[in-house]
Amino acid sequence: MSSSESHAAHALGPVAASAARTEEGAPAARPTSAVEAARLALLRDLQLAFRKRSQLVQPLAFFAMVTLLFPLAISPELARLRELAPGVLWVAALLASLLALEFLFRDDAHDGTLEQYALSGQSLTALMFAKTLAHWLLTGLPLAVMAPLAALSLGVAPAALPGIVVAVAVGSVTLSLIGSIGAALTLGIKRSGALLSLLTLPLSLPVLIFGARATQLAIHGAPFLAPLELLGALAVLGITLAPLAAAAAVRISLE
Amino acid sequence: MTWTWFHRLASPPYIYALAARLTPWFAWPAGLCILAGLWGGLVLAPPDYQQGDGFRILYVHAPSAWMSLMVYTTMAIAAAIGLIWRMKVAHAVAASCAPIGASFTFAALVTGALWGEPMWGTYWEWDPRLTSELVLLFLYLGYMGLRAGIEDPQRADRASAVLAVVGVVNVPIIHYSVTWWNSLHQAPSVMRLAKPAMPLAMVTPLLLMLLGFTLLFVALLLTRLRGEVLARERAASWIREVVSA
Repeated sequence: MSSSESHAAHALGPVAASAARTEEGAPAARPTSAVEAARLALLRDLQLAFRKRSQLVQPLAFFAMVTLLFPLAISPELARLRELAPGVLWVAALLASLLALEFLFRDDAHDGTLEQYALSGQSLTALMFAKTLAHWLLTGLPLAVMAPLAALSLGVAPAALPGIVVAVAVGSVTLSLIGSIGAALTLGIKRSGALLSLLTLPLSLPVLIFGARATQLAIHGAPFLAPLELLGALAVLGITLAPLAAAAAVRISLE
Repeated sequence: MTWTWFHRLASPPYIYALAARLTPWFAWPAGLCILAGLWGGLVLAPPDYQQGDGFRILYVHAPSAWMSLMVYTTMAIAAAIGLIWRMKVAHAVAASCAPIGASFTFAALVTGALWGEPMWGTYWEWDPRLTSELVLLFLYLGYMGLRAGIEDPQRADRASAVLAVVGVVNVPIIHYSVTWWNSLHQAPSVMRLAKPAMPLAMVTPLLLMLLGFTLLFVALLLTRLRGEVLARERAASWIREVVSA
């Protein structure tokens, strides 16, 4: 296991490492392409995450816990909870993804991996995109898979569940991307949790608005494509711009 | 075209002296405009046919709200200049903008709430403009928090500059999504009824107040900038000459 990890880290590095990967007879020392580097960074992050499964479970447990708070605080009546469900689900998802941001760069900043990324000569933007994608696969997608459970517990009809899954899946892409900027900016700051939420939550409001709207329409059995498309538009805008800003922020934090 | 004037702007002693020289040229007209605007708005303008005298808070509310956005834009432009040309003075400008902008935003929120009481019967209504103003306040607070959180001043400058640029891309998105959100939940409020064109006696004081607030912002910015430059250059030798003079 560990050999493949170090292998992945190596191949990102200077050109020499990629020579080891070329098959015999092929011309040596072909530089690793940006896509290849991003793929390796993605695989590395996924592999590391699966070795620390407790970190993966914590945001999900937090999501379930927050969902549990609302019936206890408001009322156990399913009819009322169903009305509140979009808000509850999205606030819980927003907070859970915020909580998970801590894992995005922290370890890599500690052990110097981020510096190696910045020095590797590869496009840091592509590497940031790969890291954010890994983060979404590890936190956003599981949240989307878990959202139906939470929704059912709030009295939502099963017919609405596919819409909710899609909305949370698309919306959490943008949340991860915005979060990557916030996490990169607060890299060097100790006890940055409150600051990180102050930076990322205002920027996440459009996702909350359109996500909750799509969920609400899905619960009422109405067509929810319009807010979903807006969520998709936000995700596209985020994919285009956020890795650039995150890469700039990482470079500044490493100065 | 020569760029000397631009390069000279990057020199802290020059900008310090320039700011000191320019401040009165903005401060006095600002005071005059605001006094004239207040006189025109509070005394001369006729009461509104619908809102009576209640509408007069507009003369403080609208310029504050206008300034809250303009200061954020100024801050982001200064931050971008600082990022692109690595100009320390531009970062000092951005740093000086933030507290002023946050104060204008706060003033817009407070006057909006006070205006809401007679108009809507409640101090807080989730009106889209008030809501986006509140979000803007959080953006300012986040910016100042990030700046305060990073100890190394150069890193603080550059990191908060990235945040300001990201924020300015997001401000319109947030504004329109909030407007869209609100239009789903409630019928348009009193404020958004199609307004008949305001009579000249009402518009002139408003324009005077807008001009006065803009000039006030520049005067405040120049004053804060001098403090900021002094604090940043405290180890430099030219400071001793300025202070002893």
